[in-house]
Amino acid sequence: MKMQASLSELTKRFHQVLPEDAVLVKHEQLAPYECDGLTAYRQLPRVALLPATREQILAAVTVCRELELPIVARGAGTSLSGGALPHPEGVLLNFARLNRVLEIDPENRTATVEPGVRNLAISEAARPYGLYYAPDPSSQIACTIGGNIAENSGGIHCLKYGLTVHNIQALEVLTTDGEILELGGKHLESSGFDLLALMNGSEGMLGVVLQATVKLLPRPHDRKVLLAAFSHVRDAGNAVAAVISHGILPAGLEMMDHFTIQATEQYCSPGYPKEAAAILICELDGYEEELADQMERTRQLLKQHQATEVRLANDEQEAELLWRGRKAAFPALGNLSPDYYCMDGTIPRKHLAEVLEEIYALSGKFGLRVANVFHAGDGNLHPLILYDANEEGQLERAEEFGSEILQLCVRMGGTITGEHGVGVEKLDQMCVQFNPEELQTFYAIKSAFDEHGLLNPGKAVPTLHRCAEFGAMHVHKGKLPHAHLPRF
Amino acid sequence: MTDSRETIAAQVRDAAEHKTALQLQGGNTKAWYGRSIQATPLCLAGHSGIVEYEPSELYITARCGTPLSMIEQVISGENQMLPFEPPHFGAPATLGGAVAAGLAGPRRISGGGVRDCMLGAEIINGKGEYLRFGGRVMKNVAGYDASRLMCGSLGTLGVLMSVTLRLLPQPQREQTVVMAETPADAIHKMNAWAGTPMPITATFHDGENLHVRLTGSSSTIEKCQNEIGGDRIEQSEHFWDRVREQTHEMFVPGVPLWRIRVPPSTRPLDLPEPCAMEWNGALRWYATQAEASTVRAIAREAGGQACQFRGPPIDQVFHPLPPALLKIHERLKHAFDPAGILNPGKMYVQF
Ligand SMILES: Cc1cc2nc3c(=O)[nH]c(=O)nc-3n(C[C@H](O)[C@H](O)[C@H](O)COP(=O)(O)OP(=O)(O)OC[C@H]3O[C@@H](n4cnc5c(N)ncnc54)[C@H](O)[C@@H]3O)c2cc1C
Repeated sequence: MKMQASLSELTKRFHQVLPEDAVLVKHEQLAPYECDGLTAYRQLPRVALLPATREQILAAVTVCRELELPIVARGAGTSLSGGALPHPEGVLLNFARLNRVLEIDPENRTATVEPGVRNLAISEAARPYGLYYAPDPSSQIACTIGGNIAENSGGIHCLKYGLTVHNIQALEVLTTDGEILELGGKHLESSGFDLLALMNGSEGMLGVVLQATVKLLPRPHDRKVLLAAFSHVRDAGNAVAAVISHGILPAGLEMMDHFTIQATEQYCSPGYPKEAAAILICELDGYEEELADQMERTRQLLKQHQATEVRLANDEQEAELLWRGRKAAFPALGNLSPDYYCMDGTIPRKHLAEVLEEIYALSGKFGLRVANVFHAGDGNLHPLILYDANEEGQLERAEEFGSEILQLCVRMGGTITGEHGVGVEKLDQMCVQFNPEELQTFYAIKSAFDEHGLLNPGKAVPTLHRCAEFGAMHVHKGKLPHAHLPRF
Repeated sequence: MTDSRETIAAQVRDAAEHKTALQLQGGNTKAWYGRSIQATPLCLAGHSGIVEYEPSELYITARCGTPLSMIEQVISGENQMLPFEPPHFGAPATLGGAVAAGLAGPRRISGGGVRDCMLGAEIINGKGEYLRFGGRVMKNVAGYDASRLMCGSLGTLGVLMSVTLRLLPQPQREQTVVMAETPADAIHKMNAWAGTPMPITATFHDGENLHVRLTGSSSTIEKCQNEIGGDRIEQSEHFWDRVREQTHEMFVPGVPLWRIRVPPSTRPLDLPEPCAMEWNGALRWYATQAEASTVRAIAREAGGQACQFRGPPIDQVFHPLPPALLKIHERLKHAFDPAGILNPGKMYVQF
């Protein structure tokens, strides 16, 4: 390690390569970056940079390399796992100014964009050509393509149209060595290892995305939206598995439980059946007659699985209304509690009912309320644990509750994170999902790209030491050893 | 139906210790693909069997020596399919070989490539360690995506032991139509259609005729046919099998066959031989005696890549890697296989 450079030296070095207003060092300038969507973790960086061109990024990264400064890239800061949480000794590289759509190529059906372009802006730019960018995280008006790639984000429609990884054609990636890697292209499939896939979901640990070329899809011919209500969560869970196993691939298939229904009704009155234990919202798209046929089959399957009511939106307006409550679910729940903690495990669909029931049991055990609103078609759960950070011990209880949910997901043959990433949040659960040899492989992948470990240090992959300690925690059945020592 | 995990791991550990290069062998149907290498064979066809298949979950987990045809038979019994329509190139083709080769068939434009269907892989790395990446669910971002990295890596990173692949429901009905088109017009039309929601799941141009596969209900197919024109052909499954397995006469045996990938709307390339086109023009096959350097330059010029798919051994089969990428490849190879014993040189001479 080099001697840490003084703040004035840092400022001087960055001013040599960036405009005055692109180098932020004052507390009030840095404060907006102290956390991302995972607000329980906060940290100021030493410096925040706002480059506006790729040359400025290259120059900034060169300075970081020379001074051995940790780099944390930041798009819109909506990560829910602390992926964009600053490093105390490092630089926060903010991509807000790199927000241009560089090209829409309607013939090859691609868009080439800068990393700070918002997800929704791509579809807006493609709209005149009848095309759109498919992955649609609910944060899409804010989150950036750089962040989407880092987290391999999904959305309501990824059941049919895939995650970010399925929709990225090419990337330009800057490594901390200062090399620019050109991965993929407007053609399909490149020679060599699939580094394009590897970059997706790599949580800003391998390289800085300078530019992305994304796949554009034609807008679907038509869509239908259905709502089904159930008196038992178990029936709703089984209905999901039934729809999929009957060869129907909905564009989206979402579940909301009783608590969430109540909350959204209070918040924006979408007119959901209030007594239902759970509702499913199902969107189908395709050609007219075929779509009508699929809809009929879906309706029957839902009925067969004890749906007490199946509602069909008759027009676009009604369809929007059905979706409105789902889209407002998070803010609606946020209204009911000072804080919430959003989990993100995935399980095989067939275990949905069982896992939901177990989560309700855990809710009783920890004395914290939990709401479930999630991508049921993908088996991707988002239990929302409600707590109050100002109440002594509640945050810790919420985290422990969350941790148990994730371990349950792994036990059920699933995973600890479906789309939000590991970040700083699920490092311990990584120890449950992967063994030391697998973790070693991850370290080696990391250093193949980022030899000096400057990018997002300490995130996404836990150290073996940490896992050993976490393992010990379990031997003691919940009683933390060395509880007085800080954990990081 | 045998689990030879222990034996294979022991063989790999032994080879690593003695620095004996191994040549991974599944059904030996695609051994010609890539650079030719001489090494001790490691036979994997015996490690076979379906481990888990539940139609409602839309995935299958199988050991890598399982015959591809067996997998396809089992899942088609449940009206499901492998979305990427992989070529077999011979009856003994195995699942592991298909994934390691990373080749997708005509359905690539709608079902995606091998990597798009990869959910999880269990491998033995070059140290003989048994590792699991990914899983059984479509959404999974825990750890780096090492399972997708296996697709198309030609066995240079690990011995694939079992993989979990995403499946799709089989289409209700498919119908192929054919029409006479020049290559330039065919390229233009395929890409115009691809910008509409018409359910086209495969395209093939043989130099003179454009074949288009439509998928869906009778009424949908009829509607689309009215829009695009052409005549229906009978027994279209056989036609697409001949494209997928390269028994179609455009894949002239005995002449080097180049696999060129370009942006789909690229105009016809400047090579004298007739071109077979798939994937809306994104995949172009040339049986040509042209110099490798000429073919590569033409592909590069068009913003694409060329690979000598079949032909006499040459040093550089795949698109050359620029230095920065090569360095990363070498480091990754070292990460998975520090002794360099797994199919060394199969992909590139350097690793
Ligand atoms: C209300 C809400 C709803 C959400 N809904 C969804 C959802 O439906 N589906 C879903 O998947 N996620 C969802 N998220 C999570 C979040 O929006 C996504 O993870 C998103 O992709 C993050 O994008 P961002 O631009 O905000 O990235 P940030 O939070 O700024 O950063 C995320 C990660 O990306 C890295 N990064 C950013 N830019 C670059 C770059 N150019 N190069 C390299 N690394 C970079 C950062 O270092 C960090 O590790 C939601 C979040 C919120 C707050």
